[in-house]
Amino acid sequence: MQATETHVTPAEKFANVCAILEKHGRHPAKLIPILQAVQEEYGYLPEEVLTFVAVALDVPAARVFGVATFYAHFALEPRGKYVVRLCNGTACHVKKSIPILDALYRKLGISEKKPKHELITIEIVACLGACGLAPVMVINEDVYGQMTPDRAVKLIDEILEKEAALV
Amino acid sequence: MTKKPVDNNVYINGRPVAIEGERNLLELIRKAGIDLPTFCYHSDLSVYGACRLCLVDIEGRGIVGSCSTPPEAGMRIKTHTEEIREIRKVSVELLLANHDNNCPTCYKSHNCQLQRIARQLGVEHVRFKSVLDRKPVDVSSPSVTRDPNKCVLCGDCVRVCSEIQEVGAIDFAYRGHQASVLPAFGKDLAEIECVNCGQCTVVCPTGALSPKSEMEEVWKDLTNPDLFVVACVAPAVRVGLGEPFDMEPGTITTGQMVASLKMLGFDQVYDTSFAADLTIFEEGNEFLQRKTKGEKLPQFTSCCPGWVKYAEQYYPELLDKLSTCKSPQQMFGALLKDRLPDLLGVAKEKLRIVSVMPCTAKKYEAKRPEFIHDGVADVDHVITTQELARMIKAAGILFNDLTPESFDMPFGFATGAGVLFGNSGGVTEAVLRFAAEKITGKPLQSFEFKQVRGESGLREAVMEIDGVQLKLAVVSGLKNAKTVAEQVRKGTCEYDIVEVMACPQGCIGGAGQPVSRNPLAKKMRTKGIYDADKMMPLHKSQENIFITECYEKFLGDIGGHKAHHLLHTHYQSRRRLPEEGIALFSGHGDQRLHVDVCLGTNCFLKGGQTILNGLLKHAEESKLENMVDVRASFCFEQCEEGPTVKIGEVTLNHATVDKAVDTLKSELEKQLSGAATAVSGCSAGCSSGK
Ligand code: SF4
Ligand code: SF4
Ligand code: FES
Ligand code: FES
Repeated sequence: MQATETHVTPAEKFANVCAILEKHGRHPAKLIPILQAVQEEYGYLPEEVLTFVAVALDVPAARVFGVATFYAHFALEPRGKYVVRLCNGTACHVKKSIPILDALYRKLGISEKKPKHELITIEIVACLGACGLAPVMVINEDVYGQMTPDRAVKLIDEILEKEAALV
Repeated sequence: MTKKPVDNNVYINGRPVAIEGERNLLELIRKAGIDLPTFCYHSDLSVYGACRLCLVDIEGRGIVGSCSTPPEAGMRIKTHTEEIREIRKVSVELLLANHDNNCPTCYKSHNCQLQRIARQLGVEHVRFKSVLDRKPVDVSSPSVTRDPNKCVLCGDCVRVCSEIQEVGAIDFAYRGHQASVLPAFGKDLAEIECVNCGQCTVVCPTGALSPKSEMEEVWKDLTNPDLFVVACVAPAVRVGLGEPFDMEPGTITTGQMVASLKMLGFDQVYDTSFAADLTIFEEGNEFLQRKTKGEKLPQFTSCCPGWVKYAEQYYPELLDKLSTCKSPQQMFGALLKDRLPDLLGVAKEKLRIVSVMPCTAKKYEAKRPEFIHDGVADVDHVITTQELARMIKAAGILFNDLTPESFDMPFGFATGAGVLFGNSGGVTEAVLRFAAEKITGKPLQSFEFKQVRGESGLREAVMEIDGVQLKLAVVSGLKNAKTVAEQVRKGTCEYDIVEVMACPQGCIGGAGQPVSRNPLAKKMRTKGIYDADKMMPLHKSQENIFITECYEKFLGDIGGHKAHHLLHTHYQSRRRLPEEGIALFSGHGDQRLHVDVCLGTNCFLKGGQTILNGLLKHAEESKLENMVDVRASFCFEQCEEGPTVKIGEVTLNHATVDKAVDTLKSELEKQLSGAATAVSGCSAGCSSGK
């Protein structure tokens, strides 16, 4: 392990979770900020850590799971290096966001039921607040408006090429 | 009646209706005799306001949900305008479009609210295309079947489980068209903290949650000529069974019930109230001993398997206060499997015991491993009152026309005290009828102890018997049990006996009973049980001569060796979730020592986290990364002895940081020297070297 790389060990991560819980006084009402902080720590919300949070807050695990799955910004699976968020709010839906989704799925060989791709995570979100640009797609922090299935696939191709060049 | 002032009225469809403390418009409208459709309203639960069926039009305010609007004097409301009718229909049609509509084969078909409301509203076709995304049905639990394809997301189950039972086993998850109600992480019901009370199946308006059925297994036994099949019927069944046959709730149907069981082909029909009388001997005696010694008080009752599992999961440190008596069902099973082969000359392997219970948790109880010996269960099958009614109908038996028959002897003989077990407060009253005579040595003047009767889910009574003061608590609904258990935990509770039933108002309100839309049903069944007691010739368990005989000829002393073996049991702390743990520290050595530190609720509260941090620190400082794996785990089911740490093969109870670090060191040494022997043994080519 190089000293320059900031590598957080599982033990340190766990210690941080404990600190997060302390900071919020282990208060069940603080569940959402706690989950946000935990997600920052792990990049997603691992099942066993959610169970620990449930224990520490004395809240049923089903409730913690419910909150973690309700908000679109929580992820229960590790996400890929690229997170593609496609808006399916009313405006984007009307402007045909679903065909874009289908194209993305087809391109990556995944589906709603089997959404796992190691590099790219597709997420459908309710409204990104950019309805004027509908349909909207966001790749990590970059916003792309007036998306079409073809353009979306092209963006994916670019990512895949870039990554292939890295190895 | 005094005339109400004019301004206290709400005008419902133009007709005045006086406000009399109703909490919301819906109650007022229903009082006025209008049955507005609802999915998500239950008077015992909080208001959720999601189904949008209870809509009304308030003059000047527009359309609102009546369940969440308090009545105000002078309001003018309409309950079925054209617009409201349309909204309601659309709501129901949307549900139907997202529903597995195979009604004829659905368990809930006869009392499905979705069906009823669709018909009531005159929904004749669904204008939306089906969007049902079929999900697997969860049949893992012995008590409750969950079919997500029939859920209408009313949340009734979620609220009953958290508000009445304080379990919270199921909850809403996901959103949009993925929204569902399910256990944490989508796990199976059998794996989680669900206590099998089945109350969620009572409130669920559709077939999404229903009691797990065991009718087929029972039919198979009944139709197998080689088997000798015995029915044991719980007290509460007799006052509920009439309802599916259009009788009033609370009608005492004992005679017809026995007759129908005989017609179904049961070889003997016994009364579980007999076993309840037997329980009183054992439990009453146990109580008197504890009271005399002043130990293990309060004595918690143990006849409700929902409560027992709850206590095992949430109150491990109180388990020694639970009566060690098996429930009447399990006492009966054990006794009959032991006695009947002799008494009736039936080979034990041909004997089948079928319980008929008002309860879904009894199904789970019968399957607990401690009640199964060499693959043979003490109780082979458990069917509910609902299932018995269905079997009677399936056999074409005209229940209402049956000539009453009586239970078989001797195990069909019971006193009124045994029958009382069907009511909340019944076990307590039966114990009092027993204990009072034992304390005073004199026969009771009156056998009724009305102080312990009532409807509230948490009642107390104090009484004095011959200078001995007894403080009692009668609890139903696990939320109320939690209240008392917390007091006991804090040491602020002075009760002697705490009776706990998981279901509101006790077994008569069990989830195996027919689902009634009559708001008075439970009250009427309760009365039915008290009436049945009055009608019995004997009222005190100690007067049950067949039980006395059973002790004389067979069981020996009350609480004696044989009795203990057959009639008592033990409890163990139980984890709530199957989650394994969080890997915190691990490297690459091939022979790493596994260290698990419990961070389950109990150990967490007792300082598990400090121990974990201590061990991690030690492991890091001593550079053990290739020698140990450290995990945070969730509950080893040894909570009474917590905090618990497992290091290799060693389990440390009441662990401290120092103890844990020392054990880690010594286990590592052992492992190292062990590895050395193994290597040297191997290189010497000798397998027997040690
Ligand atoms: S059976 Fe009881 S404990 Fe289990 S989910 Fe239903 S209400 Fe909750
Ligand atoms: S399972 Fe039944 S009670 Fe629970 S939300 Fe679904 S329909 Fe309502
Ligand atoms: S009963 Fe009012 S919204 Fe469901
Ligand atoms: S919480 Fe059960 S053993 Fe630790």
